[in-house]
Amino acid sequence: MEYLLNLGIIFCIYSILALSLNMVVGMSGLLSLAQAAFYGIGAYATALCMTGLGLDFFSTILIGMVINAVIAYMVGKILSRFKGDYYAIVSAGLSIIVFSVLLNWKSLTNGPLGVFGIDKPSVGGFSFSSNASFFLLCLVFVAMVYVIYYAIDKSAFSRCLKAIREDEELAGSFGYSTKRFKSIIFVLSAMLSGVAGALFATYIAFIDPSTFQLKEGIFLFTIIIVGGLSSAWGSVVGAVILISLPEALRFLGLPYETAAQLQQMIYGAMLVLMMVLRPQGLFGKYRM
Amino acid sequence: MAAAIKIDNLSKHFMGLKAIDGLSVTFPCGVATGLIGPNGSGKTTLMNVLTGLLIPDSGSIEIDGHNPRHKIMPTELRALKIARTFQDGRLIEQLSVEDNLLLTVAESDPWKSFFDFKRSKKVGKVLKTVHLTAQRHKLAGSLSYGQRKLLEIGRTLMQDADIYFFDEPFTGLFPEVVEQVLTVLQDLKAKGKTLVVIEHNMGLIERLCDYTIVLNHGQLLAQGVPAKVLKNDQVQEAYLGI
Ligand SMILES: Nc1ncnc2c1ncn2[C@@H]1O[C@H](COP(=O)(O)OP(=O)(O)OP(=O)(O)O)[C@@H](O)[C@H]1O
Ligand SMILES: [Mg+2]
Repeated sequence: MEYLLNLGIIFCIYSILALSLNMVVGMSGLLSLAQAAFYGIGAYATALCMTGLGLDFFSTILIGMVINAVIAYMVGKILSRFKGDYYAIVSAGLSIIVFSVLLNWKSLTNGPLGVFGIDKPSVGGFSFSSNASFFLLCLVFVAMVYVIYYAIDKSAFSRCLKAIREDEELAGSFGYSTKRFKSIIFVLSAMLSGVAGALFATYIAFIDPSTFQLKEGIFLFTIIIVGGLSSAWGSVVGAVILISLPEALRFLGLPYETAAQLQQMIYGAMLVLMMVLRPQGLFGKYRM
Repeated sequence: MAAAIKIDNLSKHFMGLKAIDGLSVTFPCGVATGLIGPNGSGKTTLMNVLTGLLIPDSGSIEIDGHNPRHKIMPTELRALKIARTFQDGRLIEQLSVEDNLLLTVAESDPWKSFFDFKRSKKVGKVLKTVHLTAQRHKLAGSLSYGQRKLLEIGRTLMQDADIYFFDEPFTGLFPEVVEQVLTVLQDLKAKGKTLVVIEHNMGLIERLCDYTIVLNHGQLLAQGVPAKVLKNDQVQEAYLGI
């Protein structure tokens, strides 16, 4: 049971990340590999504010969101000069920069040693210290992010983003200031990834920079490619499939080294197969 | 006659190629004007300049009596009440037919657009006019060539503009679809809208347009009533090379 709850919590965290990444990649066609950076910033904001300043978990979420919003706004300005492959490369660069900062700004982040002893969230004397209660908390956050995605997807805002991802000039000629649309969705997506980071930090109680590397951004990319681009449901399904895979491999009883290698190979093969056979992903509504 | 668009000494060069070369013409208000000329004479380029897709090198543009300006910004088109179609057909392929139409009229302020879930009633009317009612929920990318052209025209109808640009709206269509499109454009004309229509078929120009402007090498070759202009020796020569 505890094992399943643990898995459920991880599903939730990755669902939030996938949903927020899909707003940028699927809905808007911006090939961002920077998502792990915002995930990391959210996690560090919560970890440092809770352990260092003794702030309450829920206010640290807001702090992380605000920091992410500011950084995403500035980063978005740089990224808005690039398109397609170049966008992917530059966003990957930003992810590497944030990772290096987390690693090397030792006085703030404690460098490679990471941050320890992050408490579980609590409200009014109730602590979400059991896995069951924490899972429910995570579910509430997933539901909120899901609803946000869904509402945006039904609005004129997302219609404009979908026009931008195919033909930005045409969208502009219908009176939309396309840069602002792209900037807003990028900021919003970064803020929501920060929430996932906060949940992760308080759940694991210990974080270090290694979780928030570029390869995590690529992993998130794989999730939405498999689950489906521009689809809320696909984001969640993709997260569940890709997180379950290594768990399933564990049951095969392979030696750790073999299993880890096999897992990477399967991820790679899934990505290639998806791109060839079903480029929009399982539940996707957009082909790149 | 009042001018819907007045351009003065307009030029647009592509690396030495004079696509529009010191052109001064007036498109009269409430009239369907045929914009004709041989391939490469600068018709589409002129339309692109007038709808903000290209920035001219020099010259001025006056729309509906507003102050003359050097260029048009794409984001101004709604306010200037200008709508257009594209020669090569530009739709948002991965949006439905309905969404392609709504895109042109939905809330353009990003913050307000979060709360815009409207499905305008006008969509049904426009779809009927362009014979696409059955395709409403299909992806634009799945439409046939003719249906795509019709959807582009439908998109301009959504916008309730004053000035309509059509870049070869009849090209490649079956005869009965040509008649459908012609009816739509004639209706717009009857409502007193200003139309600028690029077309190579002179028969259609004569049926639809009251005025014709002929370009050649980015310059004005002739202008006037279609029947007369088409008999003009220079125009014949430019077209047929005789
Ligand atoms: N973006 C561009 N870059 C470079 N040259 C261009 C560009 N657009 C048009 N041209 C050139 O400018 C000239 C005018 O082109 P334009 O498309 O305006 O002609 P047109 O009158 O519309 O011709 P057609 O009847 O074939 O559509 C052509 O020689 C064309 O090759
Ligand atoms: Mg042309």
